[in-house]
Amino acid sequence: MTIPFIIIAALTIAASAAAMTLRNLVHCSLALVVAFVGLAAVYLQLDAQFVGFAQVLVYVGAVAILIVFAVLLTRGGETPEKSVFSASWIWGALVAALVFGTLAWTIKNSFASQREPAEKVEATVKQIGDALMTKFVLPLEVIGLLLTAALIGAVIIAMRDKSPKAKMEDGGLKMDKPSAPSSILHPPSSTGGHQ
Amino acid sequence: MTPLVGYLLLSAMLFAIGLAGALMRRNAIIVLIGIELMLNAANLNFIAFWRFSEHPETLTGIMFVIFSIGVAAAEAAVGLALIIAIYRHYKTSNVDEMNSLKG
Repeated sequence: MTIPFIIIAALTIAASAAAMTLRNLVHCSLALVVAFVGLAAVYLQLDAQFVGFAQVLVYVGAVAILIVFAVLLTRGGETPEKSVFSASWIWGALVAALVFGTLAWTIKNSFASQREPAEKVEATVKQIGDALMTKFVLPLEVIGLLLTAALIGAVIIAMRDKSPKAKMEDGGLKMDKPSAPSSILHPPSSTGGHQ
Repeated sequence: MTPLVGYLLLSAMLFAIGLAGALMRRNAIIVLIGIELMLNAANLNFIAFWRFSEHPETLTGIMFVIFSIGVAAAEAAVGLALIIAIYRHYKTSNVDEMNSLKG
């Protein structure tokens, strides 16, 4: 193993472990950024330049920022007083350790230890673009459709329900008339009416 | 060059860390981060196997990772939107407290 790989791997593993164990969620997401950058460096080492830069653009540029937004929107930035680990964390740790043990044992005994890398690998952006426009054009269309659907779905899910404040004002106005109690005109809805 | 086993072990380690985070933490956002880490470990495996394959000029591994990154981005967007919607309803992002289907 080469020295650069060891440095990058140690950095990536330390950053991802920090992202999973730190108490403050903002620190967690920043550690996650370091882990993503380390993975991008590993991709560059493996001669996959395009994927490395796509990793930086998509994960560091978009996903990590999205996670920071979610942390701030859910007030996760405050450090919790009680334990950050769930009640049954020991089982989770056990399962994770077992999974790693099994994977490492399998890798150790597999054919992978005898594989030699291909001599010279060329994966230029031109080749990737050609492949995307010819052989992989159908998956490309499908992923475009999926991203559009996910975008619309995310907006609809995160959209506030038809503003409960306006509903309340509506009820308040109706309440002024003694003959029509608001509870009859506006039965309390069961979905998030207490916003 | 680093042997294939090095990359595979790094990927297995990342997967185990992500799995541990997804199973052990209370906060839903950290659970999602753990899932992202596991997806990234799978991507690293694809690239490593592509680099050590006999026909890297077919670009199969690269294409798989590009589409996988796209799917992961869609998953992160929908997942975080779900977490925000659930937070608005339960006033918490702690997965231990989200224990009723119709609440």
